[in-house]
Amino acid sequence: MSVENGLLVEVEGVDKVFQRGSESIHVLGGLDMEVPAGEFLALMGPSGSGKSTLLNLIGGLDRPTQGSVIVGGQRLEQLSDRKLAAWRARHIGLVFQFYNLLPVLSAERNVEVPLLLTPLSRSQRKKQVETALDVVGLTDRSGHKPAQLSGGEQQRVGIARAIASDPTLLLCDEPTGDLDRKSGDEILDLLQGLNEQQGKTIIMVTHDPHAAARAGRIVYLDKGRLSSEPWE
Amino acid sequence: MKFLGLIWGNLKRKKLRTVLTLLSILVAFVLFGYLGAIRQAFNQGIDVAGLDRLVVRHKVSIIQPLPESYKSRMEAMAGVSKAVFGTWFGGIYQKPSNFFAQVPVVPEEFMEMFPEYLLTDEEKQAWLATRTGAVVGRTTADRFGWKVGDRIPIQATIWSKKDGSETWEFDLVGIYEGAEKGTDASQFFFRHDYFDESRAFGEGVVGWYWVKIDNPEDAARIATQIDDEFANSPNETKTEPEGAFVKGFAEQIGNIGAIMTFILSAVFFTILLVAGNTMAQAVRERIQELAVLKAVGYTDRTVMILILAESCILTCLGGVLGLALAWWLVSLGDPSGGSLPVFFLPNRDLLLGLVVALILGVATGILPALQAQRLAIADALRR
Repeated sequence: MSVENGLLVEVEGVDKVFQRGSESIHVLGGLDMEVPAGEFLALMGPSGSGKSTLLNLIGGLDRPTQGSVIVGGQRLEQLSDRKLAAWRARHIGLVFQFYNLLPVLSAERNVEVPLLLTPLSRSQRKKQVETALDVVGLTDRSGHKPAQLSGGEQQRVGIARAIASDPTLLLCDEPTGDLDRKSGDEILDLLQGLNEQQGKTIIMVTHDPHAAARAGRIVYLDKGRLSSEPWE
Repeated sequence: MKFLGLIWGNLKRKKLRTVLTLLSILVAFVLFGYLGAIRQAFNQGIDVAGLDRLVVRHKVSIIQPLPESYKSRMEAMAGVSKAVFGTWFGGIYQKPSNFFAQVPVVPEEFMEMFPEYLLTDEEKQAWLATRTGAVVGRTTADRFGWKVGDRIPIQATIWSKKDGSETWEFDLVGIYEGAEKGTDASQFFFRHDYFDESRAFGEGVVGWYWVKIDNPEDAARIATQIDDEFANSPNETKTEPEGAFVKGFAEQIGNIGAIMTFILSAVFFTILLVAGNTMAQAVRERIQELAVLKAVGYTDRTVMILILAESCILTCLGGVLGLALAWWLVSLGDPSGGSLPVFFLPNRDLLLGLVVALILGVATGILPALQAQRLAIADALRR
């Protein structure tokens, strides 16, 4: 992934309009944003402000109604659905609020899921899974299914899955939103470590000022517009 | 193969539901296999019938006799190499339910005409040397525990003897094996000279002829020629290929193939609904998980194929287990106690069963798979 002018993510004049029946809902309007490579950015805002929508657009999970999203020099609107999926697999790691692990698979199998798309051999995949689980400190729980893990452990598996294929950009949607303070702090330590020690660029959506304080920069989103000041 | 763990994990998600669906598919394929064996039994002879053999019978009905003198007239025709006759004896061994066909034939000609009935040289010689000698297929010999050297009494229902007796006694000189799996090994053949000299009436008449021709391509022409030869005589003939004759014989009961097809269509349509509902439910329950797969980079097509693979594995597993069970049940033997002498599950039906299982898998999985393919990630993650 190439980085021009030190910017990994560039959002240019993005509008996002959802259609609900005959009603058009404008979630983002003419939004611009830049995220330098290696930054840990917290994105805050009230419910319905469009934080998750913006994260989805940056991660190529959705497409803007208007405007451009450029990540690592790649204009996402130029990619077909198939190429966009391959691009996500290669460059994006996603961490969800409710972990979104596959309940039928063990922790290690969950972490392996994105690696199945790569040409890696079984032993190479196993090695990468072990490394990812080691990073999140869950090697000894690798054979457990999600239902046998605590919320904090499940989120660690979620992070291991996100970093297993060594993506450039980590997108975290309320990663501590479903956790108690202690578990949340552990997850934030982990994300901070990934940012500082491994140079991962992280964009984290959060409601929690305590979580946002761990980020290098905080931006606020309200009524589809960004500001560096908290909303009223 | 690397996605197998993912597919298998999803199949195990609701074990009871998967097992019940699997059982319903299994039962359908047991029925498919078993009915296939029954259909094969009714059609036995068609598949192994000689392409170079015609059957000549009375135009009115097979129970009307034909003169023995027709033999030389048919053998004189161009393209005919041999004409061999047989007659329906219709006797009873011990009790009427012990049914098997008994046919008097001329041994030398018969053995030459039907090389698929395998006898040893000693058995052939013994048959030629014994006027009351008879040979029987392995199926019937095993059924009644007969062995070579036994004396077999058969009670006549049509052909009483000149001395007024109804009991015909035969010396078993050979037990024939079928050259092919579908060869009828239930029949009982005895010598026509013994039959003709001993019967109280009907001397000089026979039941039907098998006619061997030089070239199968001439079958239609020779059949017409034979029927024309005996047209306007007191004993007009109807000539047809041996396969068509056997098929016509089986269809006296009804169109077995059509009946089986109707039953199986109803069964598979029901299974289509059952398995289709299972797959639709299975996909509805994990919309979010499918969205996660797409979010981490699985293409729409890959997700669709995963769902289709899941339904195909389910139906193929049920199909293979069902066919295996059917094969085992069929191997236990003819359920009618002897009316279906050739009773086996043909390889052709096993292969067809696997193809049907695969088609069933695609048919049941295609709608949920398309639904999964069309799933919008952001919408699905919000659910």
